[in-house]
Amino acid sequence: MLGYYVDLAIRSLKRSPGLTLLMILAVAFGVAASMTSYSVFRAVSGDPIPWKSSQLYVPQIDIWGPKGRLDQTDNNDPPDAMDYAEAVDLMRAHRAKFQSAMYRVSPSIVPPDPTMHPINVGGHAVYSEFFPMLDVPFKYGSGWSAESDAQRAAVVVISSKLNQKLFGGANSVGKTLDIDGKDYRVVGVLDNWNPKPVFYDVVNTGGFTTEQEDVFLPFQRAIDVAMPNDGNTNCSEMPKGSGFVGLQQSTCVWIAYMAELDDKAAAAAYKDYLDGYFREQKAAGGFDWPLNNRLRNLPEWLASEHVVPSDTKISLVVALGLLVVCLVNTAGLLLAKFLRRSSEISVRRALGAPRMAIYTQFLIEAGTVGLTGGLLGLLLTWVGVWGVSWVLPKEISTLAHIDVSLLVLTLLVAVVTTMLAGLYPTFRASRVQPALQLKSN
Amino acid sequence: MTLHPMIAALRKHKAGVVLIAMQIALTLAIVCNAIFIIYARVENVRRPTGMDESNLFMVTQQWVGAPSGDDAASIQKLDAMQREDLNTLRSLSDVESVTPVDTLPLFPSSWNGSVALKPGTDLRSGTARSTYYFGDEQLLKTLGLHLIAGRNFTAADITNKGFRDPAEASMVIITKALADKLYPQGDAVGKVIYLDGGNKPTTIIGEVERLQVPSVDSWASSFVWNSTIEPMRLNANFSRYAIRAKPGRLDAAMRAVPPALYAANPMRVLDDDSIKSFKDIRAEAYRADIGMAVLMGVVCVILLAVTAAGIVGLTSFWVGQRHRQIGVRRALGARKVDILHYFQLENLLIAGTGAVIGIALAIGLNMVLMENFAMDRMPVVYVLCGLVIVMVLGQVAVFVPARRASNVPPVVATRTV
Repeated sequence: MLGYYVDLAIRSLKRSPGLTLLMILAVAFGVAASMTSYSVFRAVSGDPIPWKSSQLYVPQIDIWGPKGRLDQTDNNDPPDAMDYAEAVDLMRAHRAKFQSAMYRVSPSIVPPDPTMHPINVGGHAVYSEFFPMLDVPFKYGSGWSAESDAQRAAVVVISSKLNQKLFGGANSVGKTLDIDGKDYRVVGVLDNWNPKPVFYDVVNTGGFTTEQEDVFLPFQRAIDVAMPNDGNTNCSEMPKGSGFVGLQQSTCVWIAYMAELDDKAAAAAYKDYLDGYFREQKAAGGFDWPLNNRLRNLPEWLASEHVVPSDTKISLVVALGLLVVCLVNTAGLLLAKFLRRSSEISVRRALGAPRMAIYTQFLIEAGTVGLTGGLLGLLLTWVGVWGVSWVLPKEISTLAHIDVSLLVLTLLVAVVTTMLAGLYPTFRASRVQPALQLKSN
Repeated sequence: MTLHPMIAALRKHKAGVVLIAMQIALTLAIVCNAIFIIYARVENVRRPTGMDESNLFMVTQQWVGAPSGDDAASIQKLDAMQREDLNTLRSLSDVESVTPVDTLPLFPSSWNGSVALKPGTDLRSGTARSTYYFGDEQLLKTLGLHLIAGRNFTAADITNKGFRDPAEASMVIITKALADKLYPQGDAVGKVIYLDGGNKPTTIIGEVERLQVPSVDSWASSFVWNSTIEPMRLNANFSRYAIRAKPGRLDAAMRAVPPALYAANPMRVLDDDSIKSFKDIRAEAYRADIGMAVLMGVVCVILLAVTAAGIVGLTSFWVGQRHRQIGVRRALGARKVDILHYFQLENLLIAGTGAVIGIALAIGLNMVLMENFAMDRMPVVYVLCGLVIVMVLGQVAVFVPARRASNVPPVVATRTV
């Protein structure tokens, strides 16, 4: 019976090719526009570390008080980064399972190959716990030890891309690398690890950036050699001292911080510790404003930092609106198409077809339109994703891609929504009074 | 013709009418918001920076193993390296002028603070927020800024300081927008201001007509024309230079820079991103805005096409359904134009109803976008614009089936009854 209905549907659709084409095109464009926007949205709003994001926390301590609030819209949020003193205090207290203060660096590297000019790389100065905390995958070697942190050892972890560029992809663990004119020993080479957004430091990277993360070196080592920070520095008052040392003594914030807290109890205990830290400082005369700390887990943190560009969300809203219009349109056209065949329906009903049979027949016809529209929509989605790579900023457009799940979803959305749009027209078709129609003809 | 029979006829196919009206309402809501977004983005991109942007490019370079810049001796060493670079660049044959800069308008790096009329004001609550540009006496000429009052810096005015040294300049040139904000009487030149909550007086020696801040993000939109130029070279392990090439020699000048700088000192980083024409800087800064405008434009076109197609389809169906009734009307003396007008008026009625709902939806959608995505309030003109578009669209779309209806011959009335 199903095959017969499909055959009927195709015959009926062929009978009015103009109307059919209109419906198919409407479904195809609607689905393609929303799937294209969705592919971009999916790329920028995904959880970068889904197995662990609820255990990773970003602490914020209100070291500036109300006078530091620049932006009135941010709900009295404390600074979203740390000053040096605070970051070092928190690291020293070591209250979480894993934690790391970090800041973005942009040093130069003199390649071992003397014919190459010096190059510039991006990266982060981090503590040893950064690697186990974020489950960073290694191709060769590993991160450094806590002792190396303490000794301020000249060690470095490099990306597989930099390893490819400088050492031809060979195991470079143990080799020496000239960073900012000083020698560092390579202790680890990362496997492909390029999380987007750069969730561990959205303050200094904006989350989405075309810049690579090529080197990771010990935090205190970078401070010792005065490797300057590359990223945002926010001050509520000008530093008194000058240079990088002046920055470290100031209340300017420029350091990102992340801690792993495995359960609610650990998080609550950590929050208590932060509040205690604030009260201690307040008692010492540092702060004269009320307690206003935050401890957000990663998803909450990414939301509060507005990491997903609002343009992406607006596009998605508008594209979904377009899909709705296309479906209303399809519903109207299906209604016209089905009611035009009132006499055919009447004949079938008069010959004993139950309402259910009419339902099935017309829903299959709607589904056929949806499927055809979906197939065309697939093609248009492909064009769309290719097109957005031309018009959107590179750091975002390079993330949008087509994969099997998007293809399946496109078809599914096309068929399901068209059948939904076909529900009312089908209902009307099944209510056609056979007697009335047969008489009038 | 009275509307009564038309409304009575519409009652017979409520569902189709409701669907078209709904479609028109949604189309109106989306189209006017999309046009508003497009217009806002295009306005953003079209605003001039205040510079003469042709023949301008920027070089960013980093020294390898440079001195720290944390003590006076190393700062002077860095400054000597920077002056050597400036001399090298100024001696190039295709180069007209060169200035050291910390950044340029539209380049994603900026130094922002606040200026105040009184000393010791909080950094974050000064009289006006401002961006700082650092350069020497050739900055105005190189960027092509228009000095409208006071004087330019002279070579003797130029000092240098470490990149993170909090010292403030003793004199500055500011933009007219900032000057008018600080001294609304228009007599800012010669007056004293205080930078970043400091206590050291700084004299305004000149005013330039216009100079945009670097950031094009929304956080900088409140002070987009407030720029302060300090007569200083900043010394760090990296440096930036803005270079004006001789007319028509931009490519040649850009190509000549890396070999010349490497010859002066090979221990430096110059990579693919180091040398950028201002045209590229502008394109990158506004890529998101242009991309959004294009996307919204595409959505509008698809939306209008789909809606028009829907109106054509459904009206055609109605024409077919009323084939005989049209014949009867014609036989009873209605002219072709009466039939045409009937369908046009019918569409006007449906589209008008849809549009009224659409206006409410459009304002609602704008409010949702304002609430969630920091968008501005949409002026009424966009709603009117959307209204005109959907009404015209409806009339254009209905014309084809209505014409076909008007061509139904009166003889149809006599057949098959």
